[in-house]
Amino acid sequence: MTEADPFVVEMKGITKKFPGLTANDSVNFSLRKGEIHALLGENGAGKSTLMNILAGLYRPNAGEVFVHGKPVDFKSPKDAISEGIGMIHQHFMLVPTQTVTENILLGLDEPKFIMNLKKYDQIIQKLGKENNLQVDPSAYIWQLSVGEQQRIEILKMLYRGCDILIMDEPTAVLAPQEIEVLFETLRAMTRSGKSIIFISHKLNEILEIADKVTVLRHGKVTAADILTKSITKEELAALMVGREVLFSINKKTCRKGEEVLSIKDVYAENDKQLPALNGISLQVCAGEIVGIAGVAGNGQRELAEVISGLRKVTSGSIWSRNLDLTRAPVRKGIDEGIGHIPEDRHHVGTAPNLSVTDNIIMKNYNHEPISTKWKLSRKAAQKYAEEMKKEYDIIVPTVDTPVRLLSGGNLQRVILAREISNMKSLLIAVQPTRGLDVGAIEGIQKMLLLQREAGAGILLISEELEELVNLSDRIYVIYEGRIMGEVSNGDIRKIGLMMTGTKLEDIPELSEVVNGAEN
Amino acid sequence: MENNASFTPPKRNIFPYRIQIEERSDEAPKWLSPALTLAALLVAFFITGILISAVGGDALYTFSKMWKAAFGTWFALSDSLTKAIPLIFCGIACAVAFHMKIWNIGAEGQFFLGAFGSSLIVLAPVVPAESSPWVFIPLMMISGMIFGAIWGIIPGFLKAKLGLNEIISTLMMNYIAVAWNNFFLFGQWSYQGFQMSEKFPQNALLLRLSDIAKTYSIKSLQGMALHLGIIFAIITAIVIYLIIYKSKWGYEIKLTGDNAKAANYAGINIVRNTVLVMALSGAVAGLAGAVEISGVVKRFQGSISPGYGYTGVIIAWLSKLNPLLTIPVSVFFGGLIIAGREIQPSGIPKMMQGIILVSLIAFDFFLNYRLQFVRISESAAE
Repeated sequence: MTEADPFVVEMKGITKKFPGLTANDSVNFSLRKGEIHALLGENGAGKSTLMNILAGLYRPNAGEVFVHGKPVDFKSPKDAISEGIGMIHQHFMLVPTQTVTENILLGLDEPKFIMNLKKYDQIIQKLGKENNLQVDPSAYIWQLSVGEQQRIEILKMLYRGCDILIMDEPTAVLAPQEIEVLFETLRAMTRSGKSIIFISHKLNEILEIADKVTVLRHGKVTAADILTKSITKEELAALMVGREVLFSINKKTCRKGEEVLSIKDVYAENDKQLPALNGISLQVCAGEIVGIAGVAGNGQRELAEVISGLRKVTSGSIWSRNLDLTRAPVRKGIDEGIGHIPEDRHHVGTAPNLSVTDNIIMKNYNHEPISTKWKLSRKAAQKYAEEMKKEYDIIVPTVDTPVRLLSGGNLQRVILAREISNMKSLLIAVQPTRGLDVGAIEGIQKMLLLQREAGAGILLISEELEELVNLSDRIYVIYEGRIMGEVSNGDIRKIGLMMTGTKLEDIPELSEVVNGAEN
Repeated sequence: MENNASFTPPKRNIFPYRIQIEERSDEAPKWLSPALTLAALLVAFFITGILISAVGGDALYTFSKMWKAAFGTWFALSDSLTKAIPLIFCGIACAVAFHMKIWNIGAEGQFFLGAFGSSLIVLAPVVPAESSPWVFIPLMMISGMIFGAIWGIIPGFLKAKLGLNEIISTLMMNYIAVAWNNFFLFGQWSYQGFQMSEKFPQNALLLRLSDIAKTYSIKSLQGMALHLGIIFAIITAIVIYLIIYKSKWGYEIKLTGDNAKAANYAGINIVRNTVLVMALSGAVAGLAGAVEISGVVKRFQGSISPGYGYTGVIIAWLSKLNPLLTIPVSVFFGGLIIAGREIQPSGIPKMMQGIILVSLIAFDFFLNYRLQFVRISESAAE
């Protein structure tokens, strides 16, 4: 790879807007033949959107895409593939009950009618050998490991003649040894003239595998085409999380009270029975907001779920004041007044076809005045919902409207109204402002601060660093189910490093902040 | 069409509009649902009319004959209502489970077990044959409900604890139920070698209009088959309506049905509720069997149901899962069965039922979608 190599992809001034959000704001991106170009950024920085545009899944609102120097306009992934661009998604698109060969041939015009699998098995075996992707073409997908399945996805693209591969966080699902194998494969492929875009937010990996890196933040490029040889991990971290002076929300000093949540040495598994929490200990006191920072998928969701009782711990203990919540049923936490704003407001937080009323009484439907003995009073529920609607500015025609018709911000207000009004001492808020527009974000942040002033302890789990730093009195950083350290002064540099797996003790104190390529 | 419009010269269109299907982004107005039902019925009768004409019949005459046979006289009405009774129960049974998105298609089997449970009281015998109806009837009904409930609890428990698909398990349980009843029919309860039991004593039978006619010598009620079961059915509909729409438990059922994850998050015990809902659903279907045995069949025998349990699925669906609406829907279906018998033993009446169903269900499409007429030239310009 040299600067003389021709561009294979050029994206100029790409803008992509979604309702209430600009995912890409005049983004430029270019890829040269034979290079591995990393795309770095936090969750929601717009990496995936940009690459989905290149792969033909989205169409940009503005901007041009050139492939091999000629302008293209992809209407579907099929168009992109025919230009040699293939995207390998984080979640594989394979049919488990079919063989490797069948999966690779799926959707192609050849073979037409008779599946001469033997012949194609050989072709695929040969293709695998050429690209350092050893697979057994007649194996069934369900028999393969995740790493092998990824190889099939790559082969699928190679078989379709792709020479530009987009890998969306390819290492997220792999074990360390598998990552090594993948990197070998990627290097071999670039030697044979293929070009690779590598989406990631893991700094070590990017420095190891990529030739160049482009950093995105809030939909904009903050640094383009930096040679990985000439940059350090600290500098990259600073570029990723930004280091402009954060505007500070007017926040009263915290009046720390008694401990409302105490977690000691908690272990828990995720849905796939893999360890998700590996010995977490933390405390939340009344009257403070405690932030949990971390890259998505490092145990944040599981942490919230063990506290609210939705997930059982394998060991450790959880106490709220004098109440043992370890392995307690969900109802116990609710009755104790622990509020939980879940990460997924559509699939966990609300029932889409039920009315605003029915959704708002979800946590107190079995208490007076809404219900007495067996009877649920519609009238009392209605009245309660009307009060909530007024107090929390929920904008709906009537409280009988099914919540699936509500906007994201209003839906979140329904959840907040319910959780805050039933909360007594502790509120767990997971990504409370994700996907909302600026106005809604501000309103919800204000509500959280108000609860803090009223003396509630709040555990705020978020991937928005700015939000965490602005709202939190202290921030814990979580990485692979462990707490890396705690900061109380909002030191973004330290948080960024801890997010990528460095322990607080191991971070050298730097008096001088490194100069990044911010401009 | 949109994409090529700029390259090809505009074609002449015979019809300058194009129909576009659009999902409703708001709630459908309240009047729409009943209006659609009416429209669906009209369309169904229209299609059936064409069918009848095609085979050489007089459609209008047939319809008027059918109306007479189903609802035209007091006798016909009594017969239609009698037919509607098991349908109401089975419809309610299915509706209860469907509210929680448990697809209980085992009402048929639960019906058979209900019939078995009520017969058990007479044939075991649990109480002597000369007991008063005040002993017989409540015991028979409760026993029928218990056996139906057991038949519901088994798949309910398997689903809640092991995640077994209830569609398959309830369906399989139906076959077991029929075999279970046959075992007793061919065995110790067989009467003189026939596959039926002895006729039940009068005190074990539900009161009929014809009984009232005899006791008080009211001529106009003579020979009418309508029995006390209709009252039971109406009471059941009201009770279940109150449970689903007015009770705390009903709220839990609906919340779990709409989003089980949210229900779990709200602290609702889904395992317990799944088993309880299947028990209730089974009990109601069991009651249908008990009422049918005691009110119509008068003895324990085979083939007591022409698929009431399966029709219950359809009735629940057409009633929009509202227990009170199962009553008119069942009466309509009961009438259709009676009227069908009048015009032809099989064939057209069955076909007509099918057409009405498909039409009703197809028209529900318009609750969620709307049609829009778009000028072709406009749509090409976008």
